[in-house]
Amino acid sequence: MKFIDEFRDGRLAQRYAQAIARLVRRPWTIMEVCGGQTHAIVKFGLDELLPKTVTLVHGPGCPVCVTPVALIDQAVALAGRPEITFCSFGDMLRVPGSRADLLSVKAQGGDVRIVYSPLDAVQLARHHPTREVVFFAVGFETTVPANALAVYTAHQEGLTNFSLLVSHVLVPPALRALLTSPENRIQGFLAAGHVCAVMGYAEYEPIAREYKVPIVVTGFEPLDILQGTYLCLRQLEQGRAEVENQYARTVRRAGNTRAQELMREVFQVVPRTWRGLGEIPQSGLGLREPYAAFDAERRFGPAPPTPDDAGECISGLVLQGVKKPHECGAFGVRCRPEHPLGAPMVSSEGACAAYYRYRSVPRG
Amino acid sequence: MSTAPPAPNLPGGSCPVPAGHYAQVVLAHGGGGRLSQQLFASLFGPAFANPLLNEAHDGAIIEAQGRPLAFTTDSYVVHPLFFPGGDIGTLAINGTVNDLAMCGARPRWLSAGFILEEGLPLDTLKRVVQSMRQAAAAAGVLLVTGDTKVVDKGKGDGLFINTAGLGILEHPVRIAPRQVQPGDAVVVSGDLGRHGMAIMSVREGLQFESSLQSDCAPLAGMVADLLAEGVRVHCLRDLTRGGLAAALNEIAATAAVRISLDEAAIPVSEPVRGACELLGLDPLYVANEGRFVAFVAPGDAERALTVLRADPLGAAACRIGTVAAAPAGLVTLRSQLGVERVLDLLSGEQLPRIC
Repeated sequence: MKFIDEFRDGRLAQRYAQAIARLVRRPWTIMEVCGGQTHAIVKFGLDELLPKTVTLVHGPGCPVCVTPVALIDQAVALAGRPEITFCSFGDMLRVPGSRADLLSVKAQGGDVRIVYSPLDAVQLARHHPTREVVFFAVGFETTVPANALAVYTAHQEGLTNFSLLVSHVLVPPALRALLTSPENRIQGFLAAGHVCAVMGYAEYEPIAREYKVPIVVTGFEPLDILQGTYLCLRQLEQGRAEVENQYARTVRRAGNTRAQELMREVFQVVPRTWRGLGEIPQSGLGLREPYAAFDAERRFGPAPPTPDDAGECISGLVLQGVKKPHECGAFGVRCRPEHPLGAPMVSSEGACAAYYRYRSVPRG
Repeated sequence: MSTAPPAPNLPGGSCPVPAGHYAQVVLAHGGGGRLSQQLFASLFGPAFANPLLNEAHDGAIIEAQGRPLAFTTDSYVVHPLFFPGGDIGTLAINGTVNDLAMCGARPRWLSAGFILEEGLPLDTLKRVVQSMRQAAAAAGVLLVTGDTKVVDKGKGDGLFINTAGLGILEHPVRIAPRQVQPGDAVVVSGDLGRHGMAIMSVREGLQFESSLQSDCAPLAGMVADLLAEGVRVHCLRDLTRGGLAAALNEIAATAAVRISLDEAAIPVSEPVRGACELLGLDPLYVANEGRFVAFVAPGDAERALTVLRADPLGAAACRIGTVAAAPAGLVTLRSQLGVERVLDLLSGEQLPRIC
């Protein structure tokens, strides 16, 4: 398939691996930010092509994993109400709240729908004026423009039965939080290509400068990731700390300015709590006042009280790259995809799910 | 709201224990993945345990007056009822015909049970019955008994069909997961994922532009040809829900062998690959309705391919892997980059990703 096969070429991958082996003189630790990249790394075994001295740690870029339990509980509560049609991306349905997940609500008769686009939820609202249609707006900057467009469209059309349960988070504040953590061991980042396709990468330049970390905007195919890793390691070996763009076929420095305008029209920066990481200031998005009527939390009231996070799951350490999934005592024993102790074992972008799915058996 | 147990209070963590053990049925119990397997292993298997059921095959081989017969049943629930390349009627005939074929039998007689929802247009039912008539004729089976029930509006999804089937074993060979041996060649009869992606392309909320057609087709002809040619067939399995990955995991577990696959050799058409890339799905887990995997003796792979490719339904047949002894119960995949990984069962339904 064009634009796929070229980036999965086994011979070229080996050549990149050899180039990296020739380049590296010291041990380095690099974090790939996005869960999509984590899955590609584990699925294709890319980390096994790298020298032992290069460690890839997995970042917080899994929207499912960082959505706080309180919001999942809120989603579960809303989805169980008889007047509500609750729409979500498929990934969110299995994520455990404190007592239930959305799939169980669906099994008990809740009107829970998987949609591919928030505009499909707007369409449902249009066609079913007597139903309250709520869309679970999770994700990083990548999914924000479509959600902004959905709210903007609903506003233009005067729809009164559409709202968003918003849980949007932003990458740059998370990188700063990781870099200032006393446990930080990250020396370079592979930034998430799709986030940068929307936002560009100018906002990463001050981070690279201030914290002296190279940041390479990287794609998602095996050769993208190997090339991104090569560029990052080359900066580290040469003592540079800049933003480089490996994913130039998709990403421009300024990003998608029209999408950004729409985002700014509908959303504003707010503090957000991240599952596993805690509250990070100015790290998320909420609806601006003129669009407040589309905020499900305002429309249906605050979330039910949620018990404090407690349990055996070390997802916070995994999401910060401090621990790898298999370093958790529960991994594969008490924590499995069909009985997860935490979100990273559930999501298709979660690091624990990637390790379990592709590496559940000792390598030999 | 849920009856899941409350979270135990363990120190030093950051995530609560979620609702992982379902107290009610969820869709994934029927998805062909790990939850389906658990439902069988924990409920149906123990409740009905007997040597025939314990074979864990697509159908049971029973003896009737000294003659071996294959016996199977399957229920068909598909939305929408009509999809590119078929409808619930063609599925209901071909699915059961194929389960019989996977036992090495020649399918002969089928029953059909219809569960109709009040309000279903009679024209819809007529179209489905016409499809069943044509599919039965094409597969050479007779529909010899049946039943109809109507449920209240809102208590069914328009139309559900159950079919059961009987077939005759004409060759004295044992075809079952336990016959699989180290060294066997693993062969698929064609490219994968067409049915599942064709259904997805027309499902409400997920419509995307696609020319994909379901691969729904009877497989008994190809199986009969393999056996008539004397190919030493050890096991056959049609690759329905859960796709290739589910079928191979079940067989690896039952036969206590390792199945190793070569990813580059597994045929997937460009439109299916494209749709899967777009939606974040893995074609190896996507359902087929006209494809099967055959385990044949080491020296017979080429002959099997020649026989399969002579049939238009098997034109894209190819060898995708080999059976090894250990580790037992494992399916592994050598990726295009030359790295070996596990091809596991899915824990639930394959869900579209976020971005």
